[in-house]
Amino acid sequence: GIRHGSTIPHQPITKVLIANRGEIACRVIRTAQSLGIRSVAVYSEADRNSLHVAMADEAYFIGPPPASQSYLCQDKILEVAKHSGAQAVHPGYGFLSENTEFAELCEKENIIFIGPPASAIRDMGIKSTSKAIMSKAGVPIIEGYHGEDQSTERLKQEADKIGYPIMIKAVRGGGGKGMRIAMTKNDFDDQLESAKTEAMKSFGDQIMLLEKYVETPRHVEVQVFGDRHGNYVYLFERDCSVQRRHQKIIEEAPAPGLSEEVRRSIGEAAVRAAEAVNYVGAGTVEFIMDKHQKFYFMEMNTRLQVEHPVTEMITGTDLVEWQLRVAAGEKIPKTQKELKLKGHAFEARIYAEDPNSNFMPGAGPLLHLSTPNPTDDIRIETGVRQGDEVSVFYDPMIAKLVVWSEDRQSALQRTIAALKQYQVVGLSTNIQFLLDLANHKEFQAGNVNTDFIPQYSKELFPDQPLTSQAICQAALTMILNKQDQLYRTSIDSLDPYSPFSWSTGMRVNENRTQTVSLFDGDNEISVEIIQYSNSEFEIKTPDGSIHEVTGEIENSGDKLELTCFIDGIKSSSSIVINGNSLHLFSGTGNRELKLPVPKYMESKIGGGAAGDAVAPMPGVIERVSVKEGSRVEQGDPVVVMIAMKMEYVIRAPKSGVVEKIVHQVGETVSKGTLLIHLKEDSES
Amino acid sequence: SWFRQINTKFQLCRRFSVDKAPKIGTEQDTSSAEYKENYERMKSLVTDLRSTVSKVLQGGGEKARDRHVSRGKMLPRDRINNLLDPESPFLELSQLAGYELYGNDEVPAGGIITGIGRVSGVECMIVTNDPTVKGGTYYPVTVKKHIRAQEIARENNLPCIYLVDSGGANLPRQDGVFPDRDHFGRIFYNQANMSAQGIPQIAVVLGMCTAGGAYVPAMADESIIVNKGTIYLAGPPLVKAATGEEISAEDLGGAKLHCSKSGVTDYYAEDDEQALYLARRAVKNINYTKNPGVTIKSPQEPLFPSHELYGIVGANLKKTFDVREVIARIVDGSEFDEFKAMYGETLVTGFARLWGYPVGIIGNNGVLFSESALKGAHFIELCSQRNIPLIFLQNITGFMVGREAEAGGIAKNGAKMVTAVSCAKVPKFTVIIGGSYGAGNYGMCGRAYSPRFLYMWPNSRISVMGGEQAANVLAQITRDQRQREGKQWTEEEERALKEPVIKKYEIEGHPYYSSARLWDDGVIDPADTRTVLGLSISASLNQPPEKTRFGVFRM
Repeated sequence: GIRHGSTIPHQPITKVLIANRGEIACRVIRTAQSLGIRSVAVYSEADRNSLHVAMADEAYFIGPPPASQSYLCQDKILEVAKHSGAQAVHPGYGFLSENTEFAELCEKENIIFIGPPASAIRDMGIKSTSKAIMSKAGVPIIEGYHGEDQSTERLKQEADKIGYPIMIKAVRGGGGKGMRIAMTKNDFDDQLESAKTEAMKSFGDQIMLLEKYVETPRHVEVQVFGDRHGNYVYLFERDCSVQRRHQKIIEEAPAPGLSEEVRRSIGEAAVRAAEAVNYVGAGTVEFIMDKHQKFYFMEMNTRLQVEHPVTEMITGTDLVEWQLRVAAGEKIPKTQKELKLKGHAFEARIYAEDPNSNFMPGAGPLLHLSTPNPTDDIRIETGVRQGDEVSVFYDPMIAKLVVWSEDRQSALQRTIAALKQYQVVGLSTNIQFLLDLANHKEFQAGNVNTDFIPQYSKELFPDQPLTSQAICQAALTMILNKQDQLYRTSIDSLDPYSPFSWSTGMRVNENRTQTVSLFDGDNEISVEIIQYSNSEFEIKTPDGSIHEVTGEIENSGDKLELTCFIDGIKSSSSIVINGNSLHLFSGTGNRELKLPVPKYMESKIGGGAAGDAVAPMPGVIERVSVKEGSRVEQGDPVVVMIAMKMEYVIRAPKSGVVEKIVHQVGETVSKGTLLIHLKEDSES
Repeated sequence: SWFRQINTKFQLCRRFSVDKAPKIGTEQDTSSAEYKENYERMKSLVTDLRSTVSKVLQGGGEKARDRHVSRGKMLPRDRINNLLDPESPFLELSQLAGYELYGNDEVPAGGIITGIGRVSGVECMIVTNDPTVKGGTYYPVTVKKHIRAQEIARENNLPCIYLVDSGGANLPRQDGVFPDRDHFGRIFYNQANMSAQGIPQIAVVLGMCTAGGAYVPAMADESIIVNKGTIYLAGPPLVKAATGEEISAEDLGGAKLHCSKSGVTDYYAEDDEQALYLARRAVKNINYTKNPGVTIKSPQEPLFPSHELYGIVGANLKKTFDVREVIARIVDGSEFDEFKAMYGETLVTGFARLWGYPVGIIGNNGVLFSESALKGAHFIELCSQRNIPLIFLQNITGFMVGREAEAGGIAKNGAKMVTAVSCAKVPKFTVIIGGSYGAGNYGMCGRAYSPRFLYMWPNSRISVMGGEQAANVLAQITRDQRQREGKQWTEEEERALKEPVIKKYEIEGHPYYSSARLWDDGVIDPADTRTVLGLSISASLNQPPEKTRFGVFRM
């Protein structure tokens, strides 16, 4: 590109307000600090003790936990900006990052909005407008109907013209909301109706556009940057094809298998797109790419993306630094020629969610958290520490693991190794799923597309029985841990070495035999253990095989490090026991096992009997559709909950009569909370 | 600096650490024929012991166990495992009680499991009925074992936990169960008196508690009852016979009735697991501290492996071995400060540590002479004075006999040792590792001298004298009598007299025979001796030390 010189005045930024939370707030603060810029954080009630608050130079309270009353409150944020004397606001991603009104408000208040001009946000925010602009600028777009005539008749006609399968998409939609695919003509009416309903509810607008639906498409996006001097560069592309629920979980840069020619042409197309809207700052142009590497403009994200670190890793840049410099009126630090692509990087997003329950988001305390050691090549972008809570109010992302290496294969290898060292206890995570994904041979080969997860679901959600080794490790740990507890209680007593504490498991004229039960999901695993000494055992696993096991544990406070020999083979693993969960982190993967809870404890902690409706996840009660005394059939919806911005319908597990509604609309409940107590038909 | 100067000087004048303890024991030639033979013999005795015990551990057999489990109840040993602190040991006592005692009427473990274990950090005496054995009814040996457990609890100040599931006294054997001082009634007498002494009595009703059995929870300080447990003085059939009243067991004496109406029980549990959990909670609340009252060091394993005891001791009581080799495989670091090593050499005395506790050890290395007895008495006085627990390793044929010995006052010198043993109030522990005959048994703290615990090795024998000696004595008397009457006595006749005597002594002197009758607290594997003694000492130290006052020593 041509380097424009101009007379844009330099507006130094010495203090920046970060209108965000979590990892991105921490990320921005870190760069600001390295540039000597003071950082101002804002926080909601739920984030009082958050990492971003701890890291910032100043932090201001802006309201209750719901984002609509805190992080989305433009006036409160601007007030903090003025009060603190921040010259600029960094919106991060999400929240106010692509809010035209806010960008305008900042401008009016003479505060630099770190992002593109409001006009660019607006142009790119409305899909039909953005496509028209792109088409004019010579950026390839996908065939479609973006017309004003929204009659079903017309839409159907246009769909026929474009051809099936066809995508029906809300013009103002995003994140998969208000979007449906009609595979055939017969589907069309139903899908249109459904898309409209959802769009109306989500955006208050039901104008639809139609698009050709590309099968097995890849999601390839280009990082671009513009400055106020009219300079533009692209920082190569990222492949974010592998998604679940239309959200990315693993991204990489550069996109695998792209020819240099395609790389340059997609980059240049992205720059043209940015130029067309006089873009300033960091932006991402998303393309859909078919199997012949033909690409079509999809949309432009006018913010710093979650996955920006992979681009930083392969270009050796700090994009937040670039944002701050450009916002201050400086030129883009590097020219297109100076930007060289080096190596390969992956980003794995670690979420609090349960991949086995359709990636149901989770929340809760991070009772135990240990990560691989960060290095120049391994970045851990996170906003939480051990002991923090993943709140029901915000995105359930725990961290981003970013790994760089010389080439794709070694980068993937190192990503896998690092994921294995990522240990989280307290809530369900997708770590094991990410491992299964990264280990999949098609992923290893770079054969990715946006349907990757459903396509390979059988292999990605393997019904992997526990290995004998894992069973032995878990059982041994349980025993050694109890021994350890026994030693600990005695060492503080007046009789610290009594054999009643130290000759563990000793029985007169017999070797202690015990059965230890563990649950792998609903599957009970019974292990028979014969004890020969403090550390020597014979373990019979459910497959009938007998193993000679010796071992010892080291208790490092919040986790147990087990070193054991099973049939003479040495192995090590980390174990965290939390309540009745046992988390086994070993070379072969991470497993969570449940320890049986005595009946008398069960009735106290569970709360719900078999016939009761319980919250499947933490969230807020949105609607209660039954009354006390009303009759319900099994499967009837009884409660609607909102969690992670998604609605969940809780259904009656049994037919019966509603005896008690335990929680009312608006209440926040934790996972497993009893919501509706049903009197079953059979109960008298 | 000043400190360094002093320190250097100190090191100079005491260059060699004179405080290092002397070690005992020698490397065994494990490839020698004698060692190997000894080893094999003892090994086979231990194998027999373990296989005999393994049958006992099954309780009343598979059918009874299955029936018990099918009712959703835990087996008695599982109850104990659930009561104990997880992974803690259990010092089970008298596993062979009742063994071959009633002919074909088998009563495994005497129908009751007793032992000491840690519950909520407190060492407790646990007494558990086995309802799979004769419905948990009390045979004479059951009563004896129950009362012995209470005696141990009282002597060692151990809280008692009774896991009750019993049909009460065994009616056909009422004469051996009911009337005498140490029969059924004594159980409740002990409960009352231990409670009076501040030893907590906790009952957990896990099944039936009928008639006399009803008094166990009723006499307890606190009692817990499980949903299906019942307590009544007379069951539904007896009630119907007596008053004509027809009533279900549950309405008559069920858990809910006793927790809500009668107040016979204090805590209600849905199942065994919860009942045992409540028992653990109850122990948490007894506000109990153990203050051992002795110096304690960090324990060290002996220098030699314990299984070498097999090769050293063997199974032939006529073969001698040096008791120091046994001590070397029992005490911490094989360190032993021998007392009066050159005097009265047939008795080995000295100080050591066992599981970190201080102990005085008295072991036999042959027949007791006057000097040995005097040395023994002296050593017992020392340990009593210093509050050091005493361990007797008994392998004794008796005191020396003959003119010289008698003239030397063996009777009064032996008596001194017996007086010392009798009166010593420090905890005493006896392990019969070989022969236990005659007055030797007395001097070496036999059952009558109230050691806190007494164990036997499987090779050991106990009787008033050896079988052959007894046969010889009887033969001699008969021969003399025949001679006086001028009658002949053939060798054949002599053999006919001696053989059954020898056989009888062999049977009655056997450790299983002894253990079956509660003459000891258990037959143990020699290799477990160190641990069993460690547990026993630990238990004994729950009793605060008591001052010893000796009787008159005849001088």
